[in-house]
Amino acid sequence: MDSTVFIVRSIIIFVIFGITLLIATYSTYAERKVAAFLQDRLGPNRAGPFGIWQPLADAVKMFTKEEFIPAQANKWLFIAGPCFAMLTALMASAVIPFGDTVQYEGQFIAVQGIDINIGILWIFGIVSLGVYGVMIGGWASNNKFSLLGAIRAASQNISYELAMGLSIIAILMMSGSLSLRDMVNQQATPFLGVSGLNWNIFYQPVGFIIFLTCAFAECNRTPFDLPECETELVGGYHTEYSSMKLGFYLFAEYINMFVSSAVISALYFGGFNFPGQAWVASLLPAGALGHNLLTSIGVVVFFGKIFFFIFFYMWVRWTLPRFRYDQLMNLGWKTLIPLAILNIVVTGAGLLFDFKPATWLIVIFVVVLAVISAAQPRKTMRPQQSTV
Amino acid sequence: MNVNYIWYFLTFLTLVSAIMVVVVRNPIHSVLYLILTFFCISAHYVLLNAQFLAAVNVIVYAGAIMVLFLFVIMFLNLREYTAESKTNLVKLGAAVLGGVLLVIIVAALRSMQIEPLNKATYNSQVGMVESLGKVLFRDYLLPFELITVLFFVAMVGAVMLGKRETGERNF
Amino acid sequence: MQLTNRSKKIDKREMTLAERLYIPAVTKGLAITISHFFRKKPTIQYPEQKRYLGPIFRGQHILKRDEQGRERCTACGLCAVACPAEAISMVSAERKKGEEHLYREEKYAAVYEVNQLRCIFCGLCEEACPKEAIYLQHDKFLPAFTERDEVIWGKDKLVENMDNRYLREGWK
Repeated sequence: MDSTVFIVRSIIIFVIFGITLLIATYSTYAERKVAAFLQDRLGPNRAGPFGIWQPLADAVKMFTKEEFIPAQANKWLFIAGPCFAMLTALMASAVIPFGDTVQYEGQFIAVQGIDINIGILWIFGIVSLGVYGVMIGGWASNNKFSLLGAIRAASQNISYELAMGLSIIAILMMSGSLSLRDMVNQQATPFLGVSGLNWNIFYQPVGFIIFLTCAFAECNRTPFDLPECETELVGGYHTEYSSMKLGFYLFAEYINMFVSSAVISALYFGGFNFPGQAWVASLLPAGALGHNLLTSIGVVVFFGKIFFFIFFYMWVRWTLPRFRYDQLMNLGWKTLIPLAILNIVVTGAGLLFDFKPATWLIVIFVVVLAVISAAQPRKTMRPQQSTV
Repeated sequence: MNVNYIWYFLTFLTLVSAIMVVVVRNPIHSVLYLILTFFCISAHYVLLNAQFLAAVNVIVYAGAIMVLFLFVIMFLNLREYTAESKTNLVKLGAAVLGGVLLVIIVAALRSMQIEPLNKATYNSQVGMVESLGKVLFRDYLLPFELITVLFFVAMVGAVMLGKRETGERNF
Repeated sequence: MQLTNRSKKIDKREMTLAERLYIPAVTKGLAITISHFFRKKPTIQYPEQKRYLGPIFRGQHILKRDEQGRERCTACGLCAVACPAEAISMVSAERKKGEEHLYREEKYAAVYEVNQLRCIFCGLCEEACPKEAIYLQHDKFLPAFTERDEVIWGKDKLVENMDNRYLREGWK
């Protein structure tokens, strides 16, 4: 490999790594701030201006707290649990295309860790491994609540991975590629002269909703935070954890949030593309400088989208209550998976007849049904909840 | 770095973890070693430039099936489990069976003809998604569809087995 | 029986499809929370900002002086008698010649102690006092203490500082 390419590549990888950690750090702060603002409070504001150093204070606290391993715990697995969680969380951001290419000494270098042609499958594989950290940690704690949390996490992740994969398949059918970069580039083409109208969200509204729901479940975020619900399982899988091992678990959750936000914006919201891209490009000077400027604008736009989705995660967390476990499973297996399969079929039919926004038909159909059912008088009493 | 060294290291790791699956006493550790084995096999796929297979191996085996394994084993009460002493007859039978299997595998490998690498006709993209898809959906379409039917039947069977019959006690 | 008219009747009929879709309800919830996001926050930044507690709040004790700066307390003991928590104790003494500028009456409290762990801030001492000497300040909290020997407050902490007099609404 050419040495300049190698150097630029490694810089990009290190920067992505650092940014991932930085964003995860500040997500903890943002979570508290957003929670406070949504509840008419102010949130942390003592450490520095607006409490901006709060994550540092938290880190110091986490590192200096007592490291505790229960006597009956399986020591090695107990330590390995948070390490796995952190490792899998960090690996996923490698394939996310944060921007277009950087032109450097005549070479175009992609702003991406690695551009493998199975990008989305890579993310999938890593995310499906993420549950091991939870399971191993929960089991090794030798605590019933931890074990219950771990088992809930496992079954929840497996159930929602299916619907998530099926919702992505519809996108794969449209893009014909597994590489995230190709998918993003395909969304860049203008539609009716306006770039930004070709984003997948305009073709896959149903898939987007399924994917979003599943992303919430995969990240163990409210309303699907059953593996770690405080009120039922006293913290779930991380009941026995303290100090930075607990910090790793919490951190991994925020990194997962960041990665899934990035994937959502790359898959459905055009990644680093933005409306009016061609116009901005025409304003910038030609050549390497203009190209790099456009790339950096794209990176900023992409991060804007990511931040919006991270905010959305928090927004939903402080809005919706937690699902019950049977509701969770019903939603996953009886609603999302059939809906995702229907979505695939309709998308395939749409591609066959060259009518890409075919899945809007599902939306229209459901809305019409809903309106009709709302117009009719309610007939029966709700049946008593059976205990099955 | 020479790819050979990576290959040797991976093979060593694969074999060690595969042996550990059988040797270790704790079922949870056994499952974890099995997961490690799957990882090593995925890494071998990557070395063979079969990225799709590697990813699918990780997603399906390491990500889903082994999670279920772990799930089930976590439910077992490990403390009550004591290795029942096996009689010498059982041990003898097991040794004979295993030996026969080994002989069959060795014989099969010996009779197999592996064509040497022909650099002129070798296509490095053969393991990629596109070529894999073409092979699966063009040359092997019928077996592929039959397998899907098989899976469907298995799924229906599992649902039927798992379904509660009327009169059965609810938990 | 209905106590307020704010209670809502639960509709137990079967949900319509629009309700079972959840998405309209979720959107409504999100709209509610985001409206709170931009709302003005009622938080008071406590150590920097303090809210007015009202004219009758009963806070830290004070032993008043009169306008000439003489202690009003005559150590009559009525406050100690009135105190339901038995937090007040005192030792009386007779005023010497030349001490007229210190004590208003012929008798004064040589020692006046309030045990702040016992005090329940009921204000009965204030009501019992015939000389209007002891008050519970309406604008001052008792500071937190971390040591046992900070608990009993003597005259050094209780007697009013003439440079920073305590005044209540309606007083001159």
